[in-house]
Amino acid sequence: MKDDIATLQSAKENWESKTVSKTLERFPERKPEFKTTSGISMERLFTPLDTASLDYLEDLGFPGEYPYTRGVQPTMYRGRFWTMRQYAGFATAEETNKRYKFLLDKGQTGLSVAFDLPTQIGYDSDHPLSSGEVGKVGVAIDSLADMEILFDGIPLDKVSTSMTINATAAMLLAMYIAVAEKQGVDSKILRGTIQNDILKEYAARGTYIYPPKESMRIITDIFAYCKDHLPKWNTISISGYHIREAGSTAVQEVAFTLADGIAYVQAAIDAGLDVDAFASRLSFFFNAHSNFLEEIAKFRAARRMWARIMKERFKAKNPKSLTLRFHTQTAGSTLTAQQPENNIMRVTLQALSAVLGGTQSLHTNSWDEAYALPSEKSVTIALRTQQVIAYETGVADSIDPLGGSYLIEKLTQEIEEKASEYIAKIDDMGGAVKAIEAGYIQREIADSAYQFQMEVEKKERIIVGVNQFRQEEPPLEDVLRISGDVENYQIEKLKKVKAQRDGAKVEQTLERLKETAKGTGNLVPVILEAVKVYATLGEIAGALREVFGEYRES
Amino acid sequence: MERERKIRVLVAKPGLDGHDRGAKVVARALKDAGMEVIYTGIRQTPEQIAKTAIQEDVDVIGLSCLSGAHNHLFPKVVELLKEQGADDILVFGGGIIPHEDIPTLKDKGIVEVFQPGTDTHEIIEAITREVREKKGA
Repeated sequence: MKDDIATLQSAKENWESKTVSKTLERFPERKPEFKTTSGISMERLFTPLDTASLDYLEDLGFPGEYPYTRGVQPTMYRGRFWTMRQYAGFATAEETNKRYKFLLDKGQTGLSVAFDLPTQIGYDSDHPLSSGEVGKVGVAIDSLADMEILFDGIPLDKVSTSMTINATAAMLLAMYIAVAEKQGVDSKILRGTIQNDILKEYAARGTYIYPPKESMRIITDIFAYCKDHLPKWNTISISGYHIREAGSTAVQEVAFTLADGIAYVQAAIDAGLDVDAFASRLSFFFNAHSNFLEEIAKFRAARRMWARIMKERFKAKNPKSLTLRFHTQTAGSTLTAQQPENNIMRVTLQALSAVLGGTQSLHTNSWDEAYALPSEKSVTIALRTQQVIAYETGVADSIDPLGGSYLIEKLTQEIEEKASEYIAKIDDMGGAVKAIEAGYIQREIADSAYQFQMEVEKKERIIVGVNQFRQEEPPLEDVLRISGDVENYQIEKLKKVKAQRDGAKVEQTLERLKETAKGTGNLVPVILEAVKVYATLGEIAGALREVFGEYRES
Repeated sequence: MERERKIRVLVAKPGLDGHDRGAKVVARALKDAGMEVIYTGIRQTPEQIAKTAIQEDVDVIGLSCLSGAHNHLFPKVVELLKEQGADDILVFGGGIIPHEDIPTLKDKGIVEVFQPGTDTHEIIEAITREVREKKGA
């Protein structure tokens, strides 16, 4: 083998000095050097020389086996395609319920709930800070009454539901359990995901409520509760998506996400849980950005790194504790307002990278989202994009089809190396919570975002229709709009709920919640009780605000 | 000769929206262009923004909102400035804002609205031009 390498090395040098240099004299390359978003060098040609240090069994292995580089399941998409899960929710529970039925009818295979900002930050629709925001970026949920409408006619024993909810995840999960109970569905068979990832809210997305310590307690309470009562539920979706949207590179996305993951696992272990009792229910969420090959390598690197972290650092024994299962969404920040139809192609390529990277579920963005929420027509095109990839291209027929590519394997290694350096640095700072409190992760992301923008403005990075190939075009009309009436409608519904419920019971459960919060008991059962007597989301979040206080960005 | 005062800008995130990539990038670009920039951080009420702008004696406020609440929040800031006699402060806006909302926002006193994909130089030029015009007037 050594001789082969030496022979190859000299052959390559020969190719460069003779064949390549002749061409370069007459036709210089487009740029002096080629790099990925993370600054990884894109060589002119990758050869076996670049993968010489790779040990197939140790670094790649087989699908469904450690270190899972090639995929988390033994047969991957040959058994079943990824879950096509479009994130949706706007205005009222009534409107959103209609959109869900529309999407399920078009062949979507899982639900994904978008909540409005007041719901995510624990304010009812009648709170002064909710003014102008009700029903805008997602559906408004004030109490169990809204949640009953949201899932009306949708059998919760059949669908799996993902909820993008973090600071108020315990409340929304409790409402989901309560709706299932009313449908006669045992919580033990419920399938779905709550995002429940507060660390990336401090670092990148902004919907935090409580300080980190208290937030971490709610999260580990959820882990503990679900272990016994919702064994099929993904208790967290550790998210790089928003870190990337905020401007990070691919390497930073992997590094900061896995560093957050390490912090959650450590917190749960510190709270007395056995690693194998909860780790198999951890899930992840990544971004599919535009640098196609780097993205494919990113997904593979993340999988291998997490398996190694869980095995080596946390000594997990259950193989399921080692697998990084992830959802992917195409990159919203790459959608352009200029020539918006081009976004369909961007989304297609990004979605393809997620599939080639082995995603478990996928959301494809709609082409009109640089303007507003997507219309029914545009969201149908987005879903059809996934169906074309799945049913027409054949890329799902063999597992990890780009595995073994010199380039992909080299990039996978480089991403793992560079991301591991970041994680070591964060370890030295005392972990992800400390790194976020110190503002380190936020600064790293902001620096990358600024650099990206400057590269675009200097045309070092071309965005079709934005800084090159521009054209005059009429403004886009007919975007989906959320009327201000939604707010009034929601406030009226809230009044009715408050008039019809047993006020004394609500008071009692909220008191009990505050007592539990002051002590060390698990918060989830008490929140479930409160939800069932129609305490509002704002009341429950407010009770915890009184005890825990609120986080302020420094 | 009196040295020309640097343009002072308050970059602010009104409402509950936490998407602050654009706000941070613009704040830094304005700073690099020689302006004095204060960034409020996320989750500010229109009242807090107007108060900070007056206290900090800024020439310009740049509002960023990606949650769709711009029609409610942007004009509110303009109104509050007017009520407090500070309507000489120029208010700009940016974010996920449909074309058809722009004329109404301008009618309500927003000087200019920047959509996704805007070059930071365009923002710097617009601010510099408007501030100069106002001072000239």
